[in-house]
Amino acid sequence: MATTFFRIIKFGFQNFARNGLLSATTVAILVMTLLVFNGLLMFGVISKSAIASLEDKIDISVYFSAGATEDQILSLEKALESLPEVKSADYISQDKALAIFKDRHKEDEAIAQALNELQANPLLASLNIKAQSPSQYQTIAGYLDSENLKGIIDNVTYGENRVVIDRLARIVDTLRGAGWLTTLLFAAVAILVTFNTIRLAIYSNREELGIMRLVGASNKFINGPYLVTGVIYGVLGGMISLTLAAPAIVLASPYVSIFIPEVSLANYLLVHLPQLIFYHLAVGVTLGSVSAMVAVRRYLKI
Amino acid sequence: MIAFHNVSKHYNDQKVLEDISFKIAPGELVSIVGRSGAGKSTIIRLLIGEEKPAKGRIIFGPHEVNRMLPSELPALRRKVGIVFQDFKLLPTKTAHENVAFALEVEGRSQPEIEELVPQMLDLVGLADKGHLFPHELSGGMKQRVAIARAMIHRPSVIIADEPTGNLDSYNADEIVKLLLKINELGTTLILATHSRDIVNKVKRRVITLDDGRIIKDDPHGDYIL
Repeated sequence: MATTFFRIIKFGFQNFARNGLLSATTVAILVMTLLVFNGLLMFGVISKSAIASLEDKIDISVYFSAGATEDQILSLEKALESLPEVKSADYISQDKALAIFKDRHKEDEAIAQALNELQANPLLASLNIKAQSPSQYQTIAGYLDSENLKGIIDNVTYGENRVVIDRLARIVDTLRGAGWLTTLLFAAVAILVTFNTIRLAIYSNREELGIMRLVGASNKFINGPYLVTGVIYGVLGGMISLTLAAPAIVLASPYVSIFIPEVSLANYLLVHLPQLIFYHLAVGVTLGSVSAMVAVRRYLKI
Repeated sequence: MIAFHNVSKHYNDQKVLEDISFKIAPGELVSIVGRSGAGKSTIIRLLIGEEKPAKGRIIFGPHEVNRMLPSELPALRRKVGIVFQDFKLLPTKTAHENVAFALEVEGRSQPEIEELVPQMLDLVGLADKGHLFPHELSGGMKQRVAIARAMIHRPSVIIADEPTGNLDSYNADEIVKLLLKINELGTTLILATHSRDIVNKVKRRVITLDDGRIIKDDPHGDYIL
């Protein structure tokens, strides 16, 4: 059994070597497919981090009208904190808001002067609310929109942030969809090229295959080497593509970090290397072996 | 025991074999003669399950070949050694490797192969030629390699399809002698040929085919060609 298994593997390698140029072309196509797939994975990492970073910056700021009492605001804060969707609600009084404003603009003489000339504090008291997850802001916004709060709330800044985030998410979704489409297209080309290579290998070995049948070779002995060849294409494609992609990822990493400081592609590569190796080999081997299996079924009538 | 019971075979509308019936006992030597296209090669293909008959039954020992599944055929083919006119040797392998190939596909171990192949090459008179490639061998030697490969499984039946068709008379004689020797050792021999010389030399049972039908089955070697 083990002898047969090793011979099938040996004949698989022989098929690969005998069709050298075709094998190289097939591996090259698989490498291109896997590079596109790899690009899609990296795009996923970048876009996910970018959206997460932006979403982390979202909060709902509720500005209260001048007539709202501190008791009313604190009671609303308490009510909000009891909601399961709310992670935190921070009360910023008019005085605290003014202090923050002054601190922020302490270098600006004109603003300091303008504030001194004003008799009253022009800033409104507010609550900064953070949700447990970004999808829950809609619920919180709905709660704040209730009729009985309209008398004390001046305005709620939520809508503007949401529009930007939603637009970004839509762009990312579209790009991701286009990425998958490109990957599928490349995968289809890779399957066709591998299929054709195996078909030509079967054709060029037809004499040997005839003799194999004649001397009583089992079906798995006749089919097996072609499946092995398909797997070799996949493994080589996966290894080469990752070998090419890894330095490119490391080189691109600092440039990506300039735009999205939270993302370090080099670090991602380091931490997720075992998974990336697995993904590349799994996709490569699946493409190679599926194509070989189809070609064997189609052209090797036992 | 090999038996064809009312076997017919058609390719599209063309009849190749029509209601063929015969039996071959173990150890027997039978020549099947007929002109080209008479149906000799079709009988061989049907016997090793390469093709299915349109009707009839083909018996090979305990097997009904026409009912066998594709996965069962390799085991059947190892019980039959086949020798062809064009030798069917792999040009990239030496004589030794060509014979060994039959054992490799069967899953035999390397030490076993190294023991059996030289013995078989010795039996066919090529003990010192194992390292040569087919293009370095004469026609007669190539056919001996093919016979060694056919015999390596120790089959109960050898089928030789025009085994001397590509050989000069000297080499043809030598191959016939070798096949007769194999038959004397107890292997059933089926010789498909259109060569009168061979049939006259063998002088055993002859089945004559014409246009897909058996027109004569003579135990003493008479035939119509």
